[in-house]
Amino acid sequence: MPEESVVVNTHHEQVIYANILEKGMYLGLGCLIVTFGLYVFGVIPSAIPLAEVSKYWSQDAHSYLEAINRDFLHLDHPITGWAWTTLLRKGDFLNFLSIAILAGLTILCYLTIIPSLLKKKDTAYTLMTIVEVAVLVLAASGILVVGGH
Amino acid sequence: MFDQDKLIHTKIRNSIFRRLCLQLGMITLSLVLFCPVIATATETVTATTATASSTWWIWPVILFVVTLVMGIVAVLGGIGGAVLYVPIISGFFPFHLDFVRGAGLLVALSGALAAGPSLLRSDLANLRLAIPVALIASASAIFGSMIGLAVPTNIVQICLGITVLGIVALMFMAKKSELPDVPKADALSSALRIYGVYTEGSSGQTVNWKIHRTPVGLAIFIIIGFMAGMFGLGAGWANVPVLNLLMGAPLKISVGTSKFLLSITDTSAAWIYFNQGCVIPMIVVPSLIGIMLGSFIGVKILKKAKPAFIRWMVIGLLTFAGLKALQKGLGI
Repeated sequence: MPEESVVVNTHHEQVIYANILEKGMYLGLGCLIVTFGLYVFGVIPSAIPLAEVSKYWSQDAHSYLEAINRDFLHLDHPITGWAWTTLLRKGDFLNFLSIAILAGLTILCYLTIIPSLLKKKDTAYTLMTIVEVAVLVLAASGILVVGGH
Repeated sequence: MFDQDKLIHTKIRNSIFRRLCLQLGMITLSLVLFCPVIATATETVTATTATASSTWWIWPVILFVVTLVMGIVAVLGGIGGAVLYVPIISGFFPFHLDFVRGAGLLVALSGALAAGPSLLRSDLANLRLAIPVALIASASAIFGSMIGLAVPTNIVQICLGITVLGIVALMFMAKKSELPDVPKADALSSALRIYGVYTEGSSGQTVNWKIHRTPVGLAIFIIIGFMAGMFGLGAGWANVPVLNLLMGAPLKISVGTSKFLLSITDTSAAWIYFNQGCVIPMIVVPSLIGIMLGSFIGVKILKKAKPAFIRWMVIGLLTFAGLKALQKGLGI
């Protein structure tokens, strides 16, 4: 029966996806708790002192980035896109690594099911999966710039 | 004698449960009542925080406690955490809406990532159904988040208020169908082979399902994805009715696939917010841990009974938060 065979095949990809998702999710959440602990208990010094953060969080994101750059970071441009990777030695920006793991997990999961879909010659789903990866990579790339409020 | 003991035990258990529900209700009610106090005290506390560096931790701790309660209420009310998170936190905490939406998306994303593996393994989330829907929703979520970050905050706040009040109306009106009647799968879903089988846990019955009205359903996901990105609300409140009532997927498949879908839709929107600097770890991490812990506690309470009144409380909370968002947006 065609329906049964599809269900079995689908289940195979779902299991591949689920396994990667589970491992990545534990890794991301674990890292997030550890990096936040290192930051909040002052084990790794932060770029913006803990006591100062509350002065800035009521401003919109654009003003916030300008203000923390002016007062603490002193970089050529406010920190957007992937620029945070240059500040990983700072406790607050180290948390971004864990967030990037969580946000990047879906891309990895999609990539892992492509070989299985190709093997089954499931053209429609292979194409949709590749396009989805492209969409997520575009979102993650930082190329898409938003004008401020 | 044995029956009498059993009866007494049941009565005690019910009484404990009622008390627990009542306490939960009181906590939520306090949350609602004290929120305006929190809001009016915001400036004072922020000023105090600015001068006394030792009190910086107050807001993250309050945030953690509030999101913990929110996590419990969300599970008992049968809704996603982010739909409560964004309107309540943006309405009553001193954080700018940009950071609340960024955190809201990460809260929804983490919840979906955590639930995803078991939903996929148990066939309650269907990858073949999710892939086309997610493609449309995640692409629209990018546009939604870019527009949401570009237009003035008060406009977003007004739209958020209207959307939240719309969700309340949807909660009132939308019916659910355990196993919708789908006489014939449509051409698109047949071509994509979107159908499946799952075992109904309560009866052990094997359920074969298929869907219909796929083109219309996919078109609606353009709007859902856009709104998810614009407001950082997650989108379970809209996913489930469309998958279940419009496209005819069984309720359990709709709920499971919807939860899994958030892990894809919210990923694209979360990256836009992340790249635009709308993520402050001091807001994101306490919220995320609070909501997740709250959800675990909520699931444990949920196993014992289905407290319908929590749903009414959620409706009340959302109405209040929606009106507060409108009030903030209109500057009244």
